[in-house]
Amino acid sequence: MFKETALSGQTTFFQKLRSMDYILLVCILILGVVSSLAMYATDGGELLYHTKSHVLRFIIFFIMMFVLSFLNIRFWHATGYLFYIIVLGLLIWASLYGITASGSQRWVDLYFINLQPSELMKIAIIVCFAKFYHRAQINQINNFKNLLVPMMVLILPILLVVSQPDLGTSILIALSGIIVLWLAGINLKYFIYSGLFLLISLPFVIAFLKPYQKLRILTFFNPDKDPLGAGYQIIQSKIAIGSGGLTGKGFLKGTQGYLEFLPEKHTDFIFTLFSEEHGFIGSLALLFIYGVIIYRVIDIGKNARSFFGKLFCFGFASSIFVFITVNMSMVLGLLPIVGSPLPIMSYGGSSMLATMIGFSIVMSTKIYQKQLIA
Amino acid sequence: MFGGGGDSGYKKLSTVNRRMFIMTAAKLIVFGGIITRLFSLQINENKKYLTLSDKNRLREWRLPPIRGDFEDFFGNKIASNLKVYQLHVVPEQVEDFRYLMIRLRDILDIDSKTFKKILKKRSQQKSWETLIISENLSWDQFAKINFYLHELSGAKPVLSVARNYPYDEKFTHLLGYVAQASEKDLIENEVIKKSHVPGLRVGKIGLEKTYENQLIGSNGIQRYEVNAYGKRINQIDFVEGKKGTNIKLTVDTEIQAQCNELLKDKAGSICVMDIYTGELIAMHSSPSFDPNLFLYGISHDNWNEILNNPKKPLINRSIQGLYPPGSTIKPIVALSALENDVISTKFKVNCTGKTEMYGQTYHCWKDTGHGIVDLRKALKVSCDTFFYEMSRRLGVDRLNLTAKKFGLGEKVFNGTYNEEKKGLIPSTQWKKNALGRGWVLGETLITGIGQGYMQTTPLQLCLMTAQLANGGFKIKPKIIYDKKSDSYEKIKAEMEKNRIEQLSDFQQDDALVDFSLEKKKGDTDLYKPLYRNQENVKFVLEAMFASTNEVTGTSYSSRINDKKYQFAGKTGTSQVKKITEIQRELDLDISQIPYEERDHALYVAFGPYVNPRYALSVFVEHGGAGSSAAAPLAKKLFKTIVDRHEEREKIREKSLMEI
Repeated sequence: MFKETALSGQTTFFQKLRSMDYILLVCILILGVVSSLAMYATDGGELLYHTKSHVLRFIIFFIMMFVLSFLNIRFWHATGYLFYIIVLGLLIWASLYGITASGSQRWVDLYFINLQPSELMKIAIIVCFAKFYHRAQINQINNFKNLLVPMMVLILPILLVVSQPDLGTSILIALSGIIVLWLAGINLKYFIYSGLFLLISLPFVIAFLKPYQKLRILTFFNPDKDPLGAGYQIIQSKIAIGSGGLTGKGFLKGTQGYLEFLPEKHTDFIFTLFSEEHGFIGSLALLFIYGVIIYRVIDIGKNARSFFGKLFCFGFASSIFVFITVNMSMVLGLLPIVGSPLPIMSYGGSSMLATMIGFSIVMSTKIYQKQLIA
Repeated sequence: MFGGGGDSGYKKLSTVNRRMFIMTAAKLIVFGGIITRLFSLQINENKKYLTLSDKNRLREWRLPPIRGDFEDFFGNKIASNLKVYQLHVVPEQVEDFRYLMIRLRDILDIDSKTFKKILKKRSQQKSWETLIISENLSWDQFAKINFYLHELSGAKPVLSVARNYPYDEKFTHLLGYVAQASEKDLIENEVIKKSHVPGLRVGKIGLEKTYENQLIGSNGIQRYEVNAYGKRINQIDFVEGKKGTNIKLTVDTEIQAQCNELLKDKAGSICVMDIYTGELIAMHSSPSFDPNLFLYGISHDNWNEILNNPKKPLINRSIQGLYPPGSTIKPIVALSALENDVISTKFKVNCTGKTEMYGQTYHCWKDTGHGIVDLRKALKVSCDTFFYEMSRRLGVDRLNLTAKKFGLGEKVFNGTYNEEKKGLIPSTQWKKNALGRGWVLGETLITGIGQGYMQTTPLQLCLMTAQLANGGFKIKPKIIYDKKSDSYEKIKAEMEKNRIEQLSDFQQDDALVDFSLEKKKGDTDLYKPLYRNQENVKFVLEAMFASTNEVTGTSYSSRINDKKYQFAGKTGTSQVKKITEIQRELDLDISQIPYEERDHALYVAFGPYVNPRYALSVFVEHGGAGSSAAAPLAKKLFKTIVDRHEEREKIREKSLMEI
């Protein structure tokens, strides 16, 4: 096996380098530049804290991604469960000793970085499932045992994240996991069953929700009811995007942004600010870049020989897509406001770290696309 | 090896590929949905959201408009604007409002009553509305505030403008005054509503109210970009307000000031008018009050003082005070009798001090009687007995027509002053309509000496005198100076032309026919003769000269011999209460009669006699006899009026040159 690898494997560093996906790399770099400029705009056209740390993070994590890309795909396969367990451990740590900010205990202090393990879980769950189904036989996938274990693997982190409380991230983790489960071949009927079960238990879930979360859902259905209170974010976001028009108000000229009308403009509402300043055309361009990234990741998955790599790429591409659409739908007023960052664009180290790890696994799949995993 | 391997592996791969294909298709649809949404917000509804975004970021601040000034004929400002220092606080922008207020109270030495008032005002307005702590800081307070400013975050010393009346109480009734706009002001006047800002002062009465729309000016507008917290980020636009129109009056500050001086501690009125141009030179009602008191809300004490003053300072006696004219009406009665050919100038009556008519005794003011008097003497010594007899022959209705023609019973400044009264000149028809009773002949007698139902304002008497003094021509009284209005020379020429025209008409026509018929009203009559035969007017004027300048004339003691200042006039003493027989016997000295029952003293005059230019009326409420209480004031005033004349003509020439 190892021998075979050595024989068929891309031995030289330059060969590996050449086999990287440059379109993907360039798109990520463009996103990095665009996001840094957007961050500069949120700081009111000054080189302030958010911009500086965002640029620094992007550079560090990009280099990290680049370096990690050269890790053999087998490494990711071998450490798949470990990765999940470490992140799960961090989540438990966060729920015990985590740092509380704005009413939610979701960060762990790692001395050099305040890490949000729930963000990493979005990727870890994909790696974990990819490894699980890499081994599983297709005819055994819908076994009771093979259904129960992934269910537990998925529900455990979701419960931990919900209890932080962080509804948005837990939904995104759930979506990431469910997508991979479905892609892996689990029968559609189980999703329908659990969907029905969720619907029935919804009243109990709602009873379990925090008042502010209930308010957010109510506000989504009628944002104008309380324009200065709960509906404020949605209304202001729509005003910002709508007033951007075809070509936008211009770089650093988004009044909704620099006059502080936009809430959380660094993080969840970064697209709003971008869209206000660059308009419909700018927004389409951004969507196009995301589209190219997703397309590239799917394409890499298609060409991967290992099922692990393939499933991860498909899962990751779908997750990124979900993150993007949930975030955009939210700021466009199509979904209730739940905390969900826009990959790479939003300010936030953990989210960027998770996304970059994902990209490095994808890149590793590309470099070692002919690699088989036992 | 290969995950699963074999058939199973192939099936696994085909499943994941198929499902990924489905997923990709779904993604495209969702992306399409997001693009559609973006399109609808950014392209379809762009205008709506642009407006909303501008509404978010732009705020307008309207600045108070700067009110136009009033100046007198000589350009002295009699109502203007002063820079004042104010202290504003926007509660929203203050960290600890209570602490700030307590600090301000200590620094400014605000008394507890005012302090409570401010706190009350605070609770009634929104937290982002400006709270005015003080509208008029003294320089000391302003300096102190600036000294402590670093500790008083949120307090804003502001330089503003406020109305100022530099002559204090001297022009109050003539000008009116301003005070904070009330709800009523906003409802009644669209212009005020349009330019209203908190603390705006508007005219409450007088010229300040009448000319509000010209005076008010337009707001300056500051347009700011604000952030989400309402903080001003930068100024986008500044539109400078336009100051209201300055209004120049015809009055003379110096003469007005002297009127104030003359009526000091008295209740009464003095009016002075140009007998050709109709320009009001002075108009004062006493007692007056300081209009500056109303600027910042009059204090309770000050208000009570004004309200409880028995002499009633709030009444503008010149146009609002209605009094029986007394003997000052006699020139009109005499003229009416002559014009209607009721008597000739030779007609004589024997005055014994009283006369019996219609079963009642009518007394002359002189108990011992004047002996045999003709019309000239009757006017000169103001013999009541003569006028009883003459009025009896004239009748009240003919007197009514003449009196109205000369400006009695009609508002002098129609519309300029809301509070102006028109007075009352009785007639048989009037009594029937108003009181429902027939006219009693005895009432004609007392009407003939300006008592009974007859009521006039001091300004009406002034106009009456002016229209007699100019030879009997109609003039248009005015208080707002207008460069374009007719000059003295033009008016004189016009009158002369009309005189000659009327003279030929008069000599041709049968006199009595059209005279009594009232001609159409309005400016068409302007500068037209009010007489039938000007000789009658001249006779009356000459008799008035005698009354002032000949021995035994009623105002002889107030005469000026110097031809330059010499004037002619007629005294009046009007009864407030009917004199009983007992009182008549007692013949009490004025100081022994209660104030409210004392006679009103009146005097009307014109001068200089040789070439008259000005007429005046003096009224002293409960002043006693006209000859002793009113005429001496006219004497003092005439010197000033004549001396100021040259000055006035100089200004007039200069202003005409400027055209």
